[in-house]
Amino acid sequence: MNISFRESDDFLSGGEHDGLRLVVIGNGMAGMRTVEELLKHETGRRFRITVFGAEPHVNYNRIMLSSVLAGDKALDEIVINSRDWYAANGIRLVTGDAVTKIDREAKTVTAESGLCVSYDRLLIATGSKPLAPPIPGLGLPGVCAFRDIADVDKMLEAARTKKRAVVIGGGLLGLEAAWGLKQRGMSVALVHLMPTLMERQLDAAAGQLLQRDLDRRGIAFFTNGQTEEILGAEHAEGVQLADGRSVPADLVVLAIGIRPNIDLAKAAGLKINRGIEVFDDLRTSDPDIFAVGECVEHRGQVFGLVAPLWDQAKACAAQLAGDGSALFASQALSTSLKITGVDVFSAGALMAADEADDEITLRDDARGLYKKVVLRDGKLVGAVLYGDVADGPWYLQLMRSGEDVSAIRERLVFGRAFADGIAGASAATDYSAMPDDTQICGCNGVSKGTIVCAIREKKLTSLSEVRAHTKASASCGQCTGQVEGLLAFAAGAEVKASRKTLCECTDADHDEIRRAIVADGLKTMDAVRAAFGWKKPEGCHKCRPALNYYLLCAWPGEYRDDSRSRFVNERVHANIQKDGTYSVIPRMWGGLTTPDELRAIADVADKFNIPTVKVTGGQRIDLLGVKKDDLPAVWGDLGKAGLVSGHAYGKALRTVKTCVGSEWCRFGTQDSTSLGVKLEKMCWGSWTPHKVKLAVSGCPRNCAEATIKDLGVVCVEAGYDIVVGGNGGVEVRVTDPLVRVATEAEVLEHTCAFLQLYREEAHYLERTAPWIARVGIAYVKQRVVEDPDGRLALHARFLYAQKFAQHDPWAERARGEDAHEFSRLPALAEA
Amino acid sequence: MDILWKNIGPLANIPMCGARRLCFGHGGRPIAVFRTAKDELFALIDECPHRQGPLSEGIIAGDAVTCPLHNWTIDLKDGVALAPDEGSTQALPVRVVNGEVHVGLPHAESVAA
Repeated sequence: MNISFRESDDFLSGGEHDGLRLVVIGNGMAGMRTVEELLKHETGRRFRITVFGAEPHVNYNRIMLSSVLAGDKALDEIVINSRDWYAANGIRLVTGDAVTKIDREAKTVTAESGLCVSYDRLLIATGSKPLAPPIPGLGLPGVCAFRDIADVDKMLEAARTKKRAVVIGGGLLGLEAAWGLKQRGMSVALVHLMPTLMERQLDAAAGQLLQRDLDRRGIAFFTNGQTEEILGAEHAEGVQLADGRSVPADLVVLAIGIRPNIDLAKAAGLKINRGIEVFDDLRTSDPDIFAVGECVEHRGQVFGLVAPLWDQAKACAAQLAGDGSALFASQALSTSLKITGVDVFSAGALMAADEADDEITLRDDARGLYKKVVLRDGKLVGAVLYGDVADGPWYLQLMRSGEDVSAIRERLVFGRAFADGIAGASAATDYSAMPDDTQICGCNGVSKGTIVCAIREKKLTSLSEVRAHTKASASCGQCTGQVEGLLAFAAGAEVKASRKTLCECTDADHDEIRRAIVADGLKTMDAVRAAFGWKKPEGCHKCRPALNYYLLCAWPGEYRDDSRSRFVNERVHANIQKDGTYSVIPRMWGGLTTPDELRAIADVADKFNIPTVKVTGGQRIDLLGVKKDDLPAVWGDLGKAGLVSGHAYGKALRTVKTCVGSEWCRFGTQDSTSLGVKLEKMCWGSWTPHKVKLAVSGCPRNCAEATIKDLGVVCVEAGYDIVVGGNGGVEVRVTDPLVRVATEAEVLEHTCAFLQLYREEAHYLERTAPWIARVGIAYVKQRVVEDPDGRLALHARFLYAQKFAQHDPWAERARGEDAHEFSRLPALAEA
Repeated sequence: MDILWKNIGPLANIPMCGARRLCFGHGGRPIAVFRTAKDELFALIDECPHRQGPLSEGIIAGDAVTCPLHNWTIDLKDGVALAPDEGSTQALPVRVVNGEVHVGLPHAESVAA
């Protein structure tokens, strides 16, 4: 191979990271995830990055190779980053050229082709090699490992032309290889050294259930089988076991395990044990050289599962970007097997280690169910599940949090729904056991039976199709997880993994569109639709409101709001009710009102025959059943008493709920009411991706329920705790702590910055709770708390946008604006 | 068919890409007149076939309107719901004469407001 390029010395001027050269050895999952994480850091983007990959491909999801083998996925579906991605991020990718030497003195790496590249920082991510037993016959044609695309190609070729396969190794990888080959039509035998399968992840009972199930699916097992030799003269013909048994084969797949690929690091004189030794900061014994992934050893542990690799990548990227505080710590891990219809979960201890430990077991042989949990000192330390793994993530979470589970001990093994005493916990839902009349979508009144029936009869395979046909999850979307669960339950493996595009008019997703609006200066909906090749020239009812919001947010004062792209509520500034009348909720700042305001509300209710007056959950008063034609006059009367729009109809700031605080309450620590009023005066009128609710509680008793709001403030003696991302709706979510500050001014500044970040980066119709769940609270903290300059910039952008947003829409309409919205057309004459 | 044409006033009363509801009904039911971005006019009984939502309040894109209550999308040309929803609302003829909009009511059923 002959790749030539110039080693440029055109260092950019500026900070210490500018122009630093990072060389990555290994184009696999751990190395490239580290690069992806690095690009998220401002300082990380300044690196000049070269990536070496020994394989001739771009980087792909190695875990999914078994799905490719089994025919569940195509090769191009497991590609993680395309060549365009490397180019777009200015990364030089060298594929098919393995690095052969690291020179730590000269700080260079040299590849097979002779290519020599200098580095300032080096990242070793060479992964692992398949373990090979020291037996004769390994070099024969027809023998392969199960490690990369080339191996899968060999196996698929054999499946096309040959009949019999033997897989050596009954662990995760061996079983998936055996199942894949079986799916491809080969007759498959599996040889395993130990008495039961997956003995490192499963106890004997679960291992036996697994063997029984796979045996029924036609895989022959040779357990307690030590391979002595691979037979054959020109080509593999079979496997000879030490106990005299022999198994004929045209293809032999070795999957007995992996070992860290340490050759390069060893030759370079780095400290090595089983793997390349790294510290908590992912540095090797040479501080300019980092290592991540299956090639490393951290505190005596080596890695074969993906979850800790992601944690390593994140910490390593932060270190590279200059954050010395980012450290890697390994957490409890879980395993699952990718064989369709065989559900296995395992985490932590497989069995009691001594008499102080307790095992609780549930076994139902007829249904093929097995569950075991292991307890130590009242805490969960292990779980093995077979047949029903829905509670796996819950057990793992209990193990990681280390919380005391004594109180739910008797119920623990039955799973979350039972232990919590609640039905319908989404992670633990058993759809087959759910009655058909169970209501799934509360908004649209759709039951399980209706959804399952539609999926089966109309052969639906995607969430959007189920939404289109049944309306389930088409409104508030909170039941999306359950609908997806039902889809998987009813349609099984046929479910399409579809990309979440903004709507069906485009293939682009929300983030791409938001970025382009700002980066390419797109200032009208037509410009956005043209730039992305919209399928419908005018868009649809989904994308029009989203684009209108994105443009309004990106270009305050410039973009002209398009009322024709607003949902009726936001167009007429009132909430449409099911009978076509409207509701009117005036703002009550921080929940405060006055006798004059109350009199005005009462007078309006009398004058316009408003049938229902209700106190809302947001400490305001709702007038329900107002006729559309009356709206401007109602607003005019309310306005005379100083009442303005409460935006209860909008994707906008709704309420700031408060308690009475130190002014009246004997427990109050700060003046929560007046702080609430200040927050509301600052934030009202702002359009947001979805509705936003705030609250301020005067003490940790939290009477204003601040911990289930989009942003809450809990006053304490020392100042103010700001918490974010809560939700009290269908899926209750408690807030994450953002920061504790000392003064009201800081509360206001952080609130502005948080709201602006949400305004700029969340997807349209995404509440703060799912947004934070998606981007992570650490990211929000980094932007709003840890970066003071960034916070001030967000704060300034929010206040700038408010200059154009804080107009009372009711007063404008009471004066006659948009009059056509509120009156019917007369019939003039018969013609 | 014997059609009774009702003059509902100047075209300018109906916003582009918008709709108005008439203050007289047809067979006791409300009527909506829509004006698309391409400046074409359509009239429908202002009731979504699903739960009788006011179509005149929906978002109009192309030749279709989406009901504000539950997001059914109705073809303005014939009042038929787009698949996979099933159902329809009655479409009425509409014309512009000297800059004024006339909606046609089938005579036998017409009801003056």
